[in-house]
Amino acid sequence: MMLAADYWWIWTIVKVVVVLAIVPTGALVIGFVFLFKVMSYMQSRLGPMEAGPQGTLQLLADGLKFLQKEDITPKQADKWVFALAPVMVLASTFLVFVVLPAGPDLIVEDIQTGAFYALAVSSLSVIGILMAGWASANKFALLGGLRAAAQLIAYELPLLLAVLGVVIMAGTMSMQEIVSIQNTGEIFGWGGIGNPFIITQIVGFVIFMIAAQAELTQPPFDMPVAESELVTGYMVEYTGFRFLFFFIGEFGTAFAFAGLAATLWLGGWAVPWITTDAWWVNLVGVAVLFIKIMAISFLIFWVRFTYPRFREDQLQAIAWKYLIPIALVNVLATGAFKVWM
Amino acid sequence: MTTDTSSMPEIDIDPRALRHLADAQVNVELDTGDMILNMGPQHPATHGTLRLVVRLDGERVLAADPIIGYMHRGYEKLTEYRTYPQITTLINRIDWLSSFANEVPFIHAAEQLMGVEAPPRAEYIRTILTELSRIATFILFLGEFGLQVGAVTPAFFGFRDREYVLNLIEAATGGRFHPNFNRIGGIKDDLPWGWVAETREVMKKVFDSCNEFEDLLLGNEIFVARTKGIGIIPGDLGAAYGVSGSNLRASGVDWDLRRDGKPYLVYNELDWKVWTHPAGDSYARYWVRLQETRESARMVLQMLDQLPAGPVMAKVPRIIKVPEGETYVQTENPLGEMGYYVISKGATGPFRTKIRSASFSNVSILPWLLQGVYVPDIVTILASLYFILGDIDR
Repeated sequence: MMLAADYWWIWTIVKVVVVLAIVPTGALVIGFVFLFKVMSYMQSRLGPMEAGPQGTLQLLADGLKFLQKEDITPKQADKWVFALAPVMVLASTFLVFVVLPAGPDLIVEDIQTGAFYALAVSSLSVIGILMAGWASANKFALLGGLRAAAQLIAYELPLLLAVLGVVIMAGTMSMQEIVSIQNTGEIFGWGGIGNPFIITQIVGFVIFMIAAQAELTQPPFDMPVAESELVTGYMVEYTGFRFLFFFIGEFGTAFAFAGLAATLWLGGWAVPWITTDAWWVNLVGVAVLFIKIMAISFLIFWVRFTYPRFREDQLQAIAWKYLIPIALVNVLATGAFKVWM
Repeated sequence: MTTDTSSMPEIDIDPRALRHLADAQVNVELDTGDMILNMGPQHPATHGTLRLVVRLDGERVLAADPIIGYMHRGYEKLTEYRTYPQITTLINRIDWLSSFANEVPFIHAAEQLMGVEAPPRAEYIRTILTELSRIATFILFLGEFGLQVGAVTPAFFGFRDREYVLNLIEAATGGRFHPNFNRIGGIKDDLPWGWVAETREVMKKVFDSCNEFEDLLLGNEIFVARTKGIGIIPGDLGAAYGVSGSNLRASGVDWDLRRDGKPYLVYNELDWKVWTHPAGDSYARYWVRLQETRESARMVLQMLDQLPAGPVMAKVPRIIKVPEGETYVQTENPLGEMGYYVISKGATGPFRTKIRSASFSNVSILPWLLQGVYVPDIVTILASLYFILGDIDR
């Protein structure tokens, strides 16, 4: 890293600002491209068209609208917990971006346990959701919050096991090293495109995507919000700015998980036959990572707009009966492969 | 856990301590207690203002109590203060998704009492419009059911494809939802120029739409997992509760008033079949409605080929007075069996009207049906029974 030790506090501020900027921007981009335009195209309609060219400013208009709304806290609500819950959800999203590399130098902090850290902080949002569900003093919110907790506990495990396969392959948990290993690796001695783990760890990738869908509480696993049953579940009592927090959290987390998947399985910012030590790779890297994130987000949202919702017990059955055993076998096979090959 | 308090010495106990004692007792017994969840009257799954008071143990429903009447508009009473031609405007609004089909049994009742018979062309056009409103109602169901089990996109397809059919109804009658097109002795106008050709085109779209829903939902594993075996109504029990229409046919009861009832409209002149499914669950109800949509489209195409020429209005007096008498006319409406019992005392309006609406009887099975299901299944079952609140409360 090229930062001078004397100016560490300036760099810290810069990093904080960058992370603070990425999450809302990512959420806006994802929200506009997928929620508005791709979804509209799938449902044979135009989506928002009036605010800005092709409706590009619609989300800003919506955000402003949320700011003007009255901030209501239910009388029976647990005031502090109620107020903290959206912040908690959003904070976990922010923290994931700390270890997400966008170029050889563009990483906030390349900690040695990056993959582990990312998964750990991403699961903090469960606490926020549970807090929201419990503090709202609403039965629908309570059901939603408890569903979210049950669901996220069940899906934390396959998520972790899926990433474990990658970590075994790479031999490191540092995100930056995982990227470079994919970039310079070989598939059975052939190094034409490096070794993007989506090819050698395809099982892990599929499990990760399914589990991520559950972590994001998106269809087919959107029981915690389930607007046709629970009327948006744990969010039901939130208005205005606090609701906006959940909204940004939802799409920001989708952006973050797409970024994690892109880094762990698609080689992150790197392109196999491009050298990694030139300064301009930082610029290319951002664009490459963004394209990969959008490709993975498309998968996430494609499923979201098409599939019906599972029932809570069916969801648990899928996690414990299928995903976790398959993920365990994957880890075992990867380990055996790593040891004997 | 009972404590014998008689042998305890009298001491002054802080009531707060007692409360803690009660809490501790609950924790010891691990008794989680039931939760009363009030779904509705404002709830997206209840299609309006149905209220369900549900007693829950976790996610499992112990008992469900439907409370109706939030949309009661008193149509039975209102008919006593209107003339016969005015009443069609009212009864359009009972089941607002298939308004035209609502008009038919009442107009038939009035015609029977007066001894008037509509000309064949009018009866054909009535049948075509009835079947079109059935198609419109069912296409909306086919899409909206997806939304109720969590898939957003089919709902938009449902609304999109229903619009083609509603445009046809609007072109013929002038009203998308509330045609008010029937007159005693016939219908108001003949079909507009080019309508027949356009209807043929739209029927192709209806078949496409049905195929699309079949691909999108019936072929989806999650949809199957969510609907198969959910909300099973045994055929005899359903009949005992008064469940009718596609809901009953999905329970394997081969009963359709268009074929088995007193002949009405021109169904006897058509070649069609009644679809049944033995399972009786939500999946079967969806499947039966899908097949019936196709069957209705086939019937419309047949009727367009056989459409007779001639007048659309019989000779009726200018001021309609219905002679004394009473009659009951029932028809197979999209939501089930709809009937009007009309008593006339010779005035310009009925003396008394009893409306038998399908949804009212269909939801009467809910308390039995919802026992022991999970919360998400409530929504599936409500959606699959397919009721309209106006049709329940009238």
